[in-house]
Amino acid sequence: MREDKKTIIVFSNDMDKVMAAFVIATGAAAMGDEVTMFFTFWGLNVLRDAKKKAQGKSFLEKMFGAMMPKGVEKLPLSKMNFLGIGPKLMKYMMRKKNVMMLPEMIKQAQELGIKMVACSMSMDVMGIKKEELIDGVEIGGVATYLGEASEAGVNLFI
Amino acid sequence: MAEYFIDAKGLQCPGPITQLFKQMREAQSGDVVTIEVTDQGFKRDIESWCKKTKNELLELKEENSVIIAKIKKG
Repeated sequence: MREDKKTIIVFSNDMDKVMAAFVIATGAAAMGDEVTMFFTFWGLNVLRDAKKKAQGKSFLEKMFGAMMPKGVEKLPLSKMNFLGIGPKLMKYMMRKKNVMMLPEMIKQAQELGIKMVACSMSMDVMGIKKEELIDGVEIGGVATYLGEASEAGVNLFI
Repeated sequence: MAEYFIDAKGLQCPGPITQLFKQMREAQSGDVVTIEVTDQGFKRDIESWCKKTKNELLELKEENSVIIAKIKKG
C-alpha cells in the first residue's frame, strides 16, 4: 500500500457531491498524492461535454441521454433542488464567496495530473459514447479501479 | 536561494494549497515562499500540508484576519 495514492469513485451526479469529490481530489493532488477518479453510472454525466455529439446511437440510448444532465453545468443538487432553482442559488453563492466552480475545478484537476477514468460497463448500459466525453478522460473497467484502489491509502465512494 | 510571494486572499479551499503546490513545484530546495490567505481553515491546513509534503513551516501568523505563512522548500 502506498500512502501517497488516493482513489475516488464518483457514482452520483449531484452537484454538491461532485464538488466534494473534486475538492478532495484536487486537495490530495496538492498534497503531492497521485489521484485517480473513477466515474460510474450517474457520475458519467459529469464528464459529458455539452458541445459534443456521438453518431450511431439507438433510440433508447438517445432517450437515456436526453433524460440525464448533459455535463457539469446541468447537475442537480442532492437536496433543495427545487426544479433547478437550488443549483442556480448555490452557484450564485459560490460566485459571491469566491468558491471555485466545477468547470474550473475539473480543469485544475487535469492540470494537477489527476487521472479521470470512465467506467466502460456503465457507459454501455447508459448509451454514453467516448466521443461525447470531455477530453483527457480514459476508459476503464473494474480491474482498473481495483488495481489502483488496492495500492491506495484512501478510497472514497461518493 | 529565491523568495516567492503568493497572494491567495479571497480564495476558498482548496485554492490556497493548490496555488502553493504549483509554486513549490517550480521552486528549488531551500527557497522560501510566503503566502497570504483569508480562508480560516488554512491555519490547520498548512501544518498538515507541510508535514505531508516535507516542507518546513518557518512562520505562521495572523494579522487582521489574514493568515501569513512562510514555508521553506524541503
